[in-house]
Amino acid sequence: MTQFAIENRIWDSAETRPREELKSLQLQRLRDIVARVAHVPFYKEAFAREKIRPESFRSLDDLRRLPFTTKAALRDHYPLGFLAVPREKVVRFHGSSGTTGKPTFVAYTRADLDLWANLCARFLVAGGLRPEHTVHIAFGYGLFTGGFGLHYGVEKVGAAVLPVASGNTPRQVMLLEDLQSDVLVCTPSYALNIAEVARSEGKDPRSLNLKFGHFGGEMWTEDMRGQIEAELGIFAFNNYGLSEVIGPGVSGECAARDGMHIQEDHFIVECIDPDTLEPVEDCEYGELVFTTLTKEAMPLLRYRTRDIAALDPCACPCGRTTVRMSRVSGRTDDMLIIRGVNVFPSQIEEALLQVEGAAPHYLIEVDRPGVLDQISVKVEVRPEDFSDKMSQMQALHDAIDRKIQSITGIRAIVELVAPQTLERSAGKARRVIDHRTKKRL
Amino acid sequence: MKIHQLSLFLENKPGRLSEPCKALASAGINILTLSLADTQQFGILRLIVRDWQQAKAVLEKAGCVVKMTEVVAIEVEDRPGGLARVLGVLEEGGINIEYMYAFTFRSGDRAVIVFRFDNPDAAVDVLRSHAINVIGGVELYERAEA
Repeated sequence: MTQFAIENRIWDSAETRPREELKSLQLQRLRDIVARVAHVPFYKEAFAREKIRPESFRSLDDLRRLPFTTKAALRDHYPLGFLAVPREKVVRFHGSSGTTGKPTFVAYTRADLDLWANLCARFLVAGGLRPEHTVHIAFGYGLFTGGFGLHYGVEKVGAAVLPVASGNTPRQVMLLEDLQSDVLVCTPSYALNIAEVARSEGKDPRSLNLKFGHFGGEMWTEDMRGQIEAELGIFAFNNYGLSEVIGPGVSGECAARDGMHIQEDHFIVECIDPDTLEPVEDCEYGELVFTTLTKEAMPLLRYRTRDIAALDPCACPCGRTTVRMSRVSGRTDDMLIIRGVNVFPSQIEEALLQVEGAAPHYLIEVDRPGVLDQISVKVEVRPEDFSDKMSQMQALHDAIDRKIQSITGIRAIVELVAPQTLERSAGKARRVIDHRTKKRL
Repeated sequence: MKIHQLSLFLENKPGRLSEPCKALASAGINILTLSLADTQQFGILRLIVRDWQQAKAVLEKAGCVVKMTEVVAIEVEDRPGGLARVLGVLEEGGINIEYMYAFTFRSGDRAVIVFRFDNPDAAVDVLRSHAINVIGGVELYERAEA
């Protein structure tokens, strides 16, 4: 490990704008965005119902009159019903996995991509990135926003990108050694996987040239941060984002590493009680809700993230004036994040329903035996589908395996179990057991 | 000329094999022969008993998933080439074998092997036309328990 310290640097002076100035900018931008989405069918209907006119917005408190936007609404308007610009203005699409097997698409104009790169540059610089660094990106490149978002952010700063993408861990280790990359970008669990593979090849992961890493895309804990830092001999920074809002770049840690600064000049954040929908107190946990202020292609008002976190408005020693969010501590729905991929139990159920001979009785167990998430699905064999032929049973097993993979995009360990062996309950069946211990957040 | 086989689904866990065996034991049912096929996650136990209906009821009462299939018991000469001859006849007749396993007793200088075919009737015809002895249930049970 090289001796290295993270200096407090600020990429964009907008990050330190006085609060009052920031608030008035937000109000101006909010009026603007409300006007720009007024023709989007979902908002047009809601505005008519609630008698909302953009010009009637006098203060930021008026935000609470706006309707919430949910993932279900995005799905109802699949694929591009929330597009607010003519399609020819779109220069990029991304998508995230949904409950139905179809992705939720998001769109970007040229200006959106510039904004996105700039927001990623902000948190990368806050977390130590300098133009002379080489950044090894081991996020997936594709519909997932992780790879491309960080890629353009790194380029914006002027550092070098090594777009390795995910998978083939021994090769990742080789490239880290050969290119002497300074910075690692991936999911936190994959960072530990890289360290583990390096060690299994007799290499000390601490002897790599890595100085720090920016990790996101899944829930992690302070314990995991400690583990990553000890294993790889680096500083580990947390960042947050979701494709519906823009992708990575919604928030990220500064050198103080005490919460992630939310880019409030581009997003208004609320933290609500998911049941009453009323705001919670500062520093209390609730569901994060984002309104995009400047996005062109697909702006969203009050998007309910289902992510549980707390907001801290206290001034940060780094000089940024923006509110900080805690780590995400959980979800308000049953979404599971498996190796960075969003998986809903309903997708597993759908897969089973599509396979002839699979019973709708199942149990999903999630664990992290080493450093990587593992999902297993126990499926009851119906008596009428049981065969004395191994080939037929194996074919049933393989069909379930393939169907789950095609719907969720991840590989599960499928276990056939005897009928009537999975617990039945009078009310809602217990379909998911997550053994990944929620340690110190 | 077919005999009845019971198949049981077993999870690959300690104790799963002994449960059905205990249930049969307490009902006084003798297992004439058996075979076990397994993968990492589950197994299939195949059994031949004298009274399959009674055994099926006992096993189902014990919570097992049981399926009855018709199989064919074939006498095979117990000398080099004995089995090869039978297999050759089946191959020529275009008969596909799903799986097979043996009885522990011998019938004179002959072994008795259980065959699972997709089409047992066609298999029996082919075997008979080549003078290969197929043993029926009654005869088999008497020999097995002699």
